[in-house]
Amino acid sequence: MADMNNLSRREFLGLSLKSIMALMALGFPKKLLAMTGLDGYKMEEHLWGYGIDVDKCIGCGRCVDACKVENNVPDEPFFFRTWVERYAERKGEKVEVDSPNGGRDGFPDLKNKKELVKSFFVPKICNHCEHPPCVQVCPVGATYKSPDGVVLVDPGYCIGCRYCIQACPYGARYLHPKKHVADKCTFCYQRITKGLEPACVQACPTKTRIFGNLKDGNSPINKFIKAKKVLVLKPDLGTRPKIFYSGIDKEVR
Amino acid sequence: MEIIEMLYKLLPLVQGFIYPNEIELHWGLLIVLYPYITGLVAGAFILASLARVFNVSEVKPTYRLSLLTALAFLLVATLPLLAHLGHPERAFEIFFTPKLDSAMAMFGFVYAWYLMAVLLLEIWFDYRADFVMWSKTERGLKKWFYKILTLGVNNISAGALELDEKIGRAITVIGIPSAFLLHGYVGFIFGSVKANPWWSTPLMPIIFLMSAMVSGIAAVMLIYMVTQWLRRKIIDMKCLDTIGLYLFNIFVIDFSLEMLDLIHRIYEAEESFDIISLMMRSNLFWTQFVGQILVGTLVPISLLGISFFFSAKPGARKKLYFISSILTLLGIFAMRWNVVVGGQLFSKSFLGFTTYKLNLIGAEAYIAAAIAVLPLFILAALLYLLPPWEEENR
Ligand code: SF4
Ligand code: SF4
Repeated sequence: MADMNNLSRREFLGLSLKSIMALMALGFPKKLLAMTGLDGYKMEEHLWGYGIDVDKCIGCGRCVDACKVENNVPDEPFFFRTWVERYAERKGEKVEVDSPNGGRDGFPDLKNKKELVKSFFVPKICNHCEHPPCVQVCPVGATYKSPDGVVLVDPGYCIGCRYCIQACPYGARYLHPKKHVADKCTFCYQRITKGLEPACVQACPTKTRIFGNLKDGNSPINKFIKAKKVLVLKPDLGTRPKIFYSGIDKEVR
Repeated sequence: MEIIEMLYKLLPLVQGFIYPNEIELHWGLLIVLYPYITGLVAGAFILASLARVFNVSEVKPTYRLSLLTALAFLLVATLPLLAHLGHPERAFEIFFTPKLDSAMAMFGFVYAWYLMAVLLLEIWFDYRADFVMWSKTERGLKKWFYKILTLGVNNISAGALELDEKIGRAITVIGIPSAFLLHGYVGFIFGSVKANPWWSTPLMPIIFLMSAMVSGIAAVMLIYMVTQWLRRKIIDMKCLDTIGLYLFNIFVIDFSLEMLDLIHRIYEAEESFDIISLMMRSNLFWTQFVGQILVGTLVPISLLGISFFFSAKPGARKKLYFISSILTLLGIFAMRWNVVVGGQLFSKSFLGFTTYKLNLIGAEAYIAAAIAVLPLFILAALLYLLPPWEEENR
């Protein structure tokens, strides 16, 4: 009996080694290395956060474009990982909001400007919620929060049930029309783990978008949070967003 | 791509402002069908249980019919879910790698439990003696079919039958909370989405449960009448009246709960109230106010009420029951539609609406129609193979 056990254990070990080697040959370890931090990125030393200084945004839409290009987001005006909204308040009227093509091509001139009380642009992205309802509802765990605070979707695992899209209070998710899986902002995970900024942050000409490590006291995001009074969207839902806004108005949700 | 063409057609129909990702309405007709079908299952089963556990002898003639109806609908209950998945081939991940705090993940288990442990077992114990008899009296293929169904248990002595009865009863006792679980749980899938103020209410599971009973009872009532007519048999009026009374009472409770929910929303008038009340007055006016509340609830409740309080003649009562059951089934369908589709029409920015047009959804409409009629064929086959009729059997 003892012999049998040893034999099967040896066999098992051999098999495991073989499968690990097979996986290595498939190029799998690169991802694995990045995740374990073996290629220099230390996941546990990071908690990513993001700031938006609304007063600086000029609505040029470069961020939207940069995101679509960097992340192969479908071109059509129904799929966005980030978009820009414009709010316009006129005397005695309700606030008017628009976001043509997600603001990717900039915005057309506002009509009857004389009546205008104020107008401003609000960039939006996934809030990488600390308590993400999208993660909570996913029946198979394809949507998950990584230890560095980024909420990600595993496209090889997602069954396309769209429950997460229903559960996100911010409209941050869409179903990829070709891959048939949920898709959303990843903070450009492929970039930030290499020490680069997300594409939208880099593309913004006015430094509206601020990014950094919340665990590092001197990071741009921590400086921004210290210098400004910041708000998060829909705080009443208890999602604890990690996108911090400065300068938004009461109408912004 | 079909979907993108459709979205381009919907784009000019957007009212006000919605987040750009919200133009596509994600849970359409198929997901309307899903709670509708599971509701029929739960409702039909609960009617059957009444006869058994609470010894309501009046509804005995529909006991087996209710069980078979529940089975016919339960067999297709997962199809609409499966058909709407982006990757149906990965569906089994829900069983193999479920995420335990997801409301949807548990559905697979609740479903499997209900189908295997409750419904099939109960039907088997109830029919076992008949299987044994039919395996002796029938010929050819059918004989073998029943032989297999007996699973080799051929003892039909009085003691064995008594044991069957006891076990069957025990299963029913477990079955009632299971049926409650099955459908209350479907309500929870919607009621627990805090992002959506139209769905998010703790009343949702209860409302779903009550409306499930209403629809299931109405379905069995209708199927009973139609099958008796087709077989040229007399309708047992005592049975029909009792079912009608149940329908009336549960319908009144269901409607009160729904109105309670509505009054609560109006009185609290939270942040989302403006957009929701606008939606009820415009986008949902026909399906909710007219379809669900007026034609689908108040009219059938009144018709049932008339037949009781004015003690109408049997012929008139039958007609009233017939019409009320059809209207009820339509009304509950409208209710599912208003919950599922209504909850996605308004933007989570609370500033505008997208639209849902049946003529634009393409293949989904045909798939949904096919899934909706499939249970009727299954039921016909079940009725042929496992005749539930009292007069022939006993
Ligand atoms: S914003 Fe939406 S998608 Fe992003 S983490 Fe929060 S709930 Fe999930
Ligand atoms: S669509 Fe994919 S990621 Fe979203 S809840 Fe369903 S399985 Fe999870």
